[in-house]
Amino acid sequence: MAHADTHDHHDHDHKPAGIGRWLFATNHKDIGTMYLLWALFMFFLGGAMALGIRLELFKPGMQWFDPGFYNSLVTNHALIMIFGAVMPAWVGLANWMIPLQVGAPDMALPRMNNYSFWILPFAFTLLLSSFFTAGGAPAGGWTLYPPLSLQAGDSFPLTIFAIHMMGISSIMGAINVIVTIMNMRAPGMTLLKLPLFCWTWLITAYLLIAVMPVLAGAVTMLLTDHYFGTSFFNPAGGGDPVMFQHIFWFFGHPEVYILILPAFGIVSEIIPAFSRKPLFGYDAMVYATASIAFLSFIVWAHHMFTVGMPLAGQTFFMMSTMLIAIPTGVKVFNWTATMWKGSLSFEPPMLFALAFLFLFTIGGFSGLMLAIAPADFQYQDTYFVVAHFHYVLVPGAVFGIMAGVYYWLPKWTGHMYNMTLAKWHFWVSTISVNVLFFPQHFLGLAGMPRRIPDYSTQFTDWNMVSSVGGFVFGFSQLLFVVLIWQCARGGAKATDKVWDGMMTGLEWTVASPAPYHSFTEAPDLTGVADSHH
Amino acid sequence: MANDHSDDKYYVPHSSPWPLFGSISLFVLMLGASMTVEQSGSGTTILAVGFLLLFVLFYGWFGKVVAEHQAGMFNMAVDRSFRMGMSWFIFSEVMFFAAFFGALFYARQFALPWLSGHGAKHLTSSMLWHGYEGGWPTNGPSALGPKGDGSTFETIPALGVPLLNTAILLLSGVTVTIAHHALKAGNRAVLKVALAATFLLGFFFVYKQIGEYHEAYTELGLTLGTGIYGSTFFMLTGFHGFHVTLGAIMLLVIWFRVLKGHFTPERHFAFEAVAWYWHFVDVVWLGLYLFVYWL
Amino acid sequence: MLNRKMLSALGGLLAALPAFAYESSYNMTQGVTDISREVHGLHMTVFWVCVAIAVAVFGVMIYSIITFRKSKGAVADQTMLHSTKVEIIWTVIPVLILVFLAVPAAKTLVRMEDTRNADISIKITGYQWKWGYEYLGTGVSFYSTLASTSNEARQLHSGIDPNSVKDYLLEVDHPVVVPVDAKVRLLLTGNDVIHSWWVPDFAVKKDAIPGFINEAWFKAEKIGHYTGQCTELCGRDHGFMPIAVDVVSQEDYAKWLAAQQEAVKAAAAPAATTAANTAASASATL
Ligand code: HEA
Ligand code: HEA
Ligand code: CUA
Ligand SMILES: [Cu+2]
Repeated sequence: MAHADTHDHHDHDHKPAGIGRWLFATNHKDIGTMYLLWALFMFFLGGAMALGIRLELFKPGMQWFDPGFYNSLVTNHALIMIFGAVMPAWVGLANWMIPLQVGAPDMALPRMNNYSFWILPFAFTLLLSSFFTAGGAPAGGWTLYPPLSLQAGDSFPLTIFAIHMMGISSIMGAINVIVTIMNMRAPGMTLLKLPLFCWTWLITAYLLIAVMPVLAGAVTMLLTDHYFGTSFFNPAGGGDPVMFQHIFWFFGHPEVYILILPAFGIVSEIIPAFSRKPLFGYDAMVYATASIAFLSFIVWAHHMFTVGMPLAGQTFFMMSTMLIAIPTGVKVFNWTATMWKGSLSFEPPMLFALAFLFLFTIGGFSGLMLAIAPADFQYQDTYFVVAHFHYVLVPGAVFGIMAGVYYWLPKWTGHMYNMTLAKWHFWVSTISVNVLFFPQHFLGLAGMPRRIPDYSTQFTDWNMVSSVGGFVFGFSQLLFVVLIWQCARGGAKATDKVWDGMMTGLEWTVASPAPYHSFTEAPDLTGVADSHH
Repeated sequence: MANDHSDDKYYVPHSSPWPLFGSISLFVLMLGASMTVEQSGSGTTILAVGFLLLFVLFYGWFGKVVAEHQAGMFNMAVDRSFRMGMSWFIFSEVMFFAAFFGALFYARQFALPWLSGHGAKHLTSSMLWHGYEGGWPTNGPSALGPKGDGSTFETIPALGVPLLNTAILLLSGVTVTIAHHALKAGNRAVLKVALAATFLLGFFFVYKQIGEYHEAYTELGLTLGTGIYGSTFFMLTGFHGFHVTLGAIMLLVIWFRVLKGHFTPERHFAFEAVAWYWHFVDVVWLGLYLFVYWL
Repeated sequence: MLNRKMLSALGGLLAALPAFAYESSYNMTQGVTDISREVHGLHMTVFWVCVAIAVAVFGVMIYSIITFRKSKGAVADQTMLHSTKVEIIWTVIPVLILVFLAVPAAKTLVRMEDTRNADISIKITGYQWKWGYEYLGTGVSFYSTLASTSNEARQLHSGIDPNSVKDYLLEVDHPVVVPVDAKVRLLLTGNDVIHSWWVPDFAVKKDAIPGFINEAWFKAEKIGHYTGQCTELCGRDHGFMPIAVDVVSQEDYAKWLAAQQEAVKAAAAPAATTAANTAASASATL
């Protein structure tokens, strides 16, 4: 494979000094770092809100918060975790890794790259400032259903415009990813040689560009209904509140795959690396990802089985939703087949990838149960749904991010991290996340609705268990911060290849830490056989 | 610098204040907009400052890119990145409009039939909206709008100004194509005239539409508040009109650049980007004409 | 000693397991209608299907993790790149499983949607934060709000232990009363925002949407007191607008209805005398 060692002399070229390096950044690694640190910060903020939720729910009775404030916590917890933590973390990883993986000097549109990052802190300032307005922060759920969301006070336009800004940021980030992958690949890097992280991100980026504008449209309609007298969601004028739900979920369902597809990509790289065996069914993985993305556009109303859709609609959305189990199954089976007859070792990235494999699949199973429309009448808006989506989001998306960080951190910093600490972080997180979310299945089935600050006493026991799990999980994330901090400061020198595994990406051909400017001269891969065929 | 960015290398700018500046302007703009709709204090002032900053942003940022381009810092790969970026940006715009078209179709196919006693929720009309007949156009069971006293509103007939506007936009699509061919053929005189014709037609379209809105508000009883018809009508045509305005301004800028001698028959990304944008605006209009004015 | 204790505790737990499956604090209730039992059946079917798939898939994963370890000297088989045969198998088998699940689910769905031939119809209106019930064609209507005992206890820092309150957060002042073995049709709407009416034992959950009428139905087969909650976020007190339904014998229902109608008449008679009273009673009875 071609290599870029010859460019080491570029290492310190033009590395801007001082705060300007970050404020005016155009370097994909600097921007990636900012994205990742931002995501971490937001994860803690959103997590702190989650711990507030778990605190109030520890036992029945109202102990801490006014019910309205509780609703604000739930709403902002979700908005922060989704738009502030997970999505920016993915963009951060894309920034760091995609140019390195495709053999490009940088992202294709470096200034726009910085723009899409810097919008975020301002967007969240706008959103969070609503906590200080009359009437408090938005409290209608992250789904913003009217007419309820229209009852908000001064926070209302702040929320709407903050979402517009997040949308602009995501769209620009997505455009950058697409253009980088489609235009900046090293010679000979055919599409079917792309690392799967690039593939899954490419498809994620298409989803983003297709659905973020739809969300922007939906919230714009909310805005005009509120302030300019339109009747999109007002039946008196011939509109329909449920119409908002259709538009929202046309965005919202693809959105959940936006949150998970890059994790699929990372896992598809880590499992082969530490199984020392090429990924099983590379092409199938690509097609499965594309199928999931396609299907994600025609399943949205499975979030709305109880709104009274016509029978044909319910049946259609039930069946289309069930279909998603097939390409997702193909993925799970391919990962399993990759491990089969491999030579496995269990470094921290592999541990997180394996936990992902098991726990995401459990979340997928509960998703399948939710897809059965008649049964969903019983699950809808209960903690069974909360359990489902936290399984796919926390040990799913968040563990995917962590697996990626553990995989590439030495490449970023040039140092190995503390393996013992990493393993502690892994085990405490993995055990506690199950203590946190598994009992929520029981709560939901037993009849506990979601989005309530207080509950009937028969739900006490499992809520206590869940809250304890939540606090252990939350505070165990401090280990992650300590580990990253230490690794940034120093530690054993990482080799270029970092791991004793079978890594095929171009990122392992450059020095650790990766030179400040990535491939200023493109590596030539023409004629290099791709490892997966 | 120079040797770092020789022609075969992909140009990576080293640092830029514009993105941060852009974020701040967006923040000011959005804050101003929030305060304006909430009618609090200095909202409109902040909004105006936001627009001003945004203007400075585009002027400064794009000006810088133009200068880099003129200095020959962009190789073909950079050019390709810009093209791809622009096409996906336009796609995102298409999806934005799709949301509003979706609202129109949903209201007509589902919400209104249910409200007027048809289909799955047929009890709706007899129990909640006695005697509501539905149909299209409609301002809903409560007859919302300035003439919501039970009287009706009038719509803008498809064969009047809208038809004229359709012709205008189609013609402008032709002129921009003529301009493009002229540019490629190195015929700058035709380029200048055809391009000028394009943005003039664009502005004329906007002018006619403003007249149409004026009539709707003052004579037809058709406003944003006129139920679902007014909502979909004004939001769709309004966002479109806004895009036409932007497109025409972009054409104007390009025209000034043409006058300054920018663009070569081989390299003229900015021109093409604007032309694509213009075609996109055109196509959206055809959709509007068909579904909003006609059907 | 300790071990024995633990073992017997474990034994107790295991013995309780089958009970868990039908015990409402761990699993979905079977409910008291035909439909609710069907739904419970679907739920258990899809649950066991998932368990079976999990056993198979997780089994292979765990086996691989244990057997193919580098530390045990496992050597990777670098030639295993893909196999059209297994790929077809693991696409087709899930398809079959899904068809197996979808067909009965669709059938149940069709039955749930059939609201024809109802014995009684009740119009239900969601308010922030209470329910309004109107027995169509009888003149009977009332509001139903959280019982005052619960309401006091649920205030911030109330100092009242919820465990000391009967049916905390599930009791209301005016329960809905319906006859057993009768098909009850529900016509739902919302007054302000969207609410959702859910009683797990009937497997009915339907949104109450302002401006629209949604339909649902149930036919309870067992006399008893059933509770549920609003399940669509409807603002500050969303958690505090429960639902309570008394399913009574046909005779008791007739008696109850007569008494209610009597009360309506009694309320209406003096009200007719003064205009002011009319307004007051109108607002009290919907
Ligand atoms: C990362 C995010 C993520 C992912 C990946 C998924 C994946 C899936 N989700 Fe989930 N979902 C959410 C995030 C996500 N979801 C969120 C956030 C909500 C709630 C939003 C809100 O209301 O606030 C939600 C809610 C939600 C609902 C609505 C519930 C309700 O409100 O009533 C439904 C209903 O169908 C659903 C279904 C599914 C299905 C079928 C999948 C499938 O993709 C799962 C596919 C995977 C598998 C099935 C496992 C692996 C497969 C095999 C091993 C093959 C063999 C299997 C079979 C043949 C069964 N989800
Ligand atoms: C990616 C998305 C994501 C993530 C990562 C999480 C993570 C968590 N979520 Fe969240 N959640 C959602 C998305 C997510 N959630 C969504 C979409 C909803 C639905 C919202 C709605 O209904 O509208 C929801 C709703 C939701 C509810 C339901 C509330 C209700 O319906 O009333 C609960 C309840 O337990 C919960 C809990 C948690 C917990 C305990 C975590 C934990 O994983 C968090 C881990 C905790 C930390 C990481 C905290 C670390 C903090 C410290 C150690 C303290 C120190 C603090 C500082 C330094 C500031 N979440
Ligand atoms: Cu009413 Cu929730
Ligand atoms: Cu979904």
